[in-house]
Amino acid sequence: MSETVRLYFDVDGEDFTSAGQASVQVKKSLRQLGIPPEIIRKVSIAMYEGEINMVIHAGGGKAEVLICEDCIEIHLWDSGPGIANIEQAMQEGFSTAPDAIRSLGFGAGMGLPNMKRYTDEMKIESEPGKGTDITMRVYL
Amino acid sequence: MTINKMAEALSLRPLAVPEGERACSGVYIGDLLSWVMGRAQSGNVWITIMSNINIVAVASLTDVSCIVLAEGVVPEEDVVRTAEQKGINLFCAKEPAYELAVRLNGLGI
Repeated sequence: MSETVRLYFDVDGEDFTSAGQASVQVKKSLRQLGIPPEIIRKVSIAMYEGEINMVIHAGGGKAEVLICEDCIEIHLWDSGPGIANIEQAMQEGFSTAPDAIRSLGFGAGMGLPNMKRYTDEMKIESEPGKGTDITMRVYL
Repeated sequence: MTINKMAEALSLRPLAVPEGERACSGVYIGDLLSWVMGRAQSGNVWITIMSNINIVAVASLTDVSCIVLAEGVVPEEDVVRTAEQKGINLFCAKEPAYELAVRLNGLGI
């Protein structure tokens, strides 16, 4: 996996209305690099869901995207409350989001399932009280 | 069919139309943004009553061809401005989502 481009973002946890800025920037960069549209769609959706999760649950976090010869790797990490039961959190419809977030159309329990759906590989490491670390890959 | 022709045929009220000559195909109706993220297809006409600023990012990332706000929902000015800036076509209509979908079906979309 030889790395060609690396993008790094601080995801602001304070401003829910600006959530998605990193994903939109990644989409733009991938387009400039001539990555196929369906791959761009998969990467940007998976990343947006991750970004939203960090804003909703963890007060923000960090994101890094590596664009390699054979794949695009998305790495997201935060210092939030962590996920107590990852298997449960991966089920469609399971959500711990507050009502205020649901009223905006998020928190339907589709975030992690969508991230898995749109990537070829996904690894979650989380420790309650310490944070969550997610790595996803989409192969080119 | 282009967005401009579709919008004219349905008498939609244009709010931002930066990509009016884009083609549209298929329809997706939904208000839960993560469901839309997971299910809407590239090129779809997305009908919703959700009007907060996040709809612009969702439309951009799913690559739908436009957003149609149904049932007379009108967004805040910053949503319209952001849609224009991000190249997202945004319309509103008085009809409910079902009626709009039926009419879109009649157009062959």
